[in-house]
Amino acid sequence: MIEIQELYKYYGDRRALGPLSTRIGQGEVVGLLGLNGAGKTTTLRILACDLLPTSGSVRVAGIDVVERPDEVRAKVGYLPDRPPLYDDMTVREYLSYAARLRNVPVAQVKKRVTDVAELTEIAEVGNQLIGSLSHGFKQRVGIAQAIVHGPELVVLDEPISGLDPVQIMEMRDLVRGLRGAHTVVVSSHILTEISETCDRILVIKDGRIAWSGTETELSATLKQGMHIALTLRTAGASSESTADKARATLSGINGVRDVEVLEPAEAGDGIATLRVAITSDVREEVGKGLIAAGVGILELSREKELESMFLELLEEGDDQAGRKRRKKRHADTELAASQPPASKELS
Amino acid sequence: MRALVIARRELYAYLRSPLGSAIIAAALLVDGILFYFASLEPKRLSAQLLTQFFYDSSAATMVAGLLLSMRLLAEERQSGTITLLNTAPIRDRDIVFGKFISAFGVLTLMNVLTAYMPLMVYLRGKVSVGHILVGYLGMILLGAAVTAIGLFASSLARSQVVAVIIGAAMVASMILLWVVARAVDPPFNTFFSGLALHHENYRPFMVGTLSFDRVAYYLMVTYFFLLSATKVLEARRWR
Repeated sequence: MIEIQELYKYYGDRRALGPLSTRIGQGEVVGLLGLNGAGKTTTLRILACDLLPTSGSVRVAGIDVVERPDEVRAKVGYLPDRPPLYDDMTVREYLSYAARLRNVPVAQVKKRVTDVAELTEIAEVGNQLIGSLSHGFKQRVGIAQAIVHGPELVVLDEPISGLDPVQIMEMRDLVRGLRGAHTVVVSSHILTEISETCDRILVIKDGRIAWSGTETELSATLKQGMHIALTLRTAGASSESTADKARATLSGINGVRDVEVLEPAEAGDGIATLRVAITSDVREEVGKGLIAAGVGILELSREKELESMFLELLEEGDDQAGRKRRKKRHADTELAASQPPASKELS
Repeated sequence: MRALVIARRELYAYLRSPLGSAIIAAALLVDGILFYFASLEPKRLSAQLLTQFFYDSSAATMVAGLLLSMRLLAEERQSGTITLLNTAPIRDRDIVFGKFISAFGVLTLMNVLTAYMPLMVYLRGKVSVGHILVGYLGMILLGAAVTAIGLFASSLARSQVVAVIIGAAMVASMILLWVVARAVDPPFNTFFSGLALHHENYRPFMVGTLSFDRVAYYLMVTYFFLLSATKVLEARRWR
């Protein structure tokens, strides 16, 4: 459905994208994942023929976006990060206008508008002015305009941005509902938002595809560098013997790469603190194994969440922007840790 | 033709917002007041009164043309709705043309609504229908040219205020070319006066003289600025 080869986009002297090459198959739901400024929106705008590439080739359904943009536009529905809505039109008027702009024959406009309004669950607000709608409904209207002409490819730029948790769930269902009838490309900078919606994820960093695969594969890649922190206690034993027993148990678990004994995190007899490097998510096996070996578990925690590990993957390298972001996040974490809990402040 | 789809949406926006009505009302009020005072002159012939009417109305037409066109593309860019047009299978020239004919249509409607004044002169005085028709043709052509200039200015700016300032500066510069023409020697004086938006090119219409080179001038100005606006839209896709 989409073939991108050696795509570059420069804004003046600044390279925003490239080299970027990938293929997306018919009917796939693909997520573009990356931090702000990584090149996601630029990629999507080029796919939607809103922007022309500096060099390289982009073909949608075999048609080149530079040579025959009008033909490509007829096959693409695009929701930008800010939905292109006219506040002074009602939802139905707006969708009819979008349909007419996109070559839907006059006789079919009414039916198409009714169909997409039902699909996106906006029929109830069909006669309301867009300016009076909530953010969630506006986002739905944005998606409705992107699919009103029945495009082969639907391009959604941060469709979940700014929505509350309930709206996010609904939006995920809506995007999932597009699977099959359309090829869908969705962008986001939040892993969890995209991972539950997409068949495949393309991680974009500095205008290039840094990683490509399914959510399971990405998760496995990230978890290769994952660590578990353990605080253990064995009644009537020394710290050293607890650590040795735990180490022996953990070494026998498939998926444990390394066990490091640290200074005990708590004072007391028989307490040991370990840091376990794992190659897959074996927390459950670790817990069961230790209990079976007679080692008590005071604490078992994953050192980092998947999301923060993903962010590190994106920020790895020694570029200045990455250092600044890491520094800021570290400062934010320290600030949050230094703040007393809200309940304490109130009391 | 999707230019008409865009034009219809724009006309709808003018009618729904107070902007279109307010501009038309204000222009008609100014035209009416100026006509009233012009008609008070006792020694003025009816043909002279009609000429004065077309002169005064041209100012209102130019101001209204700029105000009506300032929002056409600037507002779309400001609100992000330009993306809907940019990603629809529609050519940039159709976007520009659709926008143009909507503002031009409203402006022409405004001009038509002033017709009661020349009609009174016709009924009570001695003027020809030809004078009235040619005068209106000039006013409509001038309106088309100013709307095209305003649309071009709107394509350059993200803010409507900036757009109207740019448009006004361009229109003022083109009007003042007749002053430049007076300050320079031949053959440049003819050149500059021929380019002036109002003075040399509009006068024949005011007095009821139909001149095809003047008609061609206004059509060319309109075409040039519509083409320029189209090129601006095309260029933005490369940025």
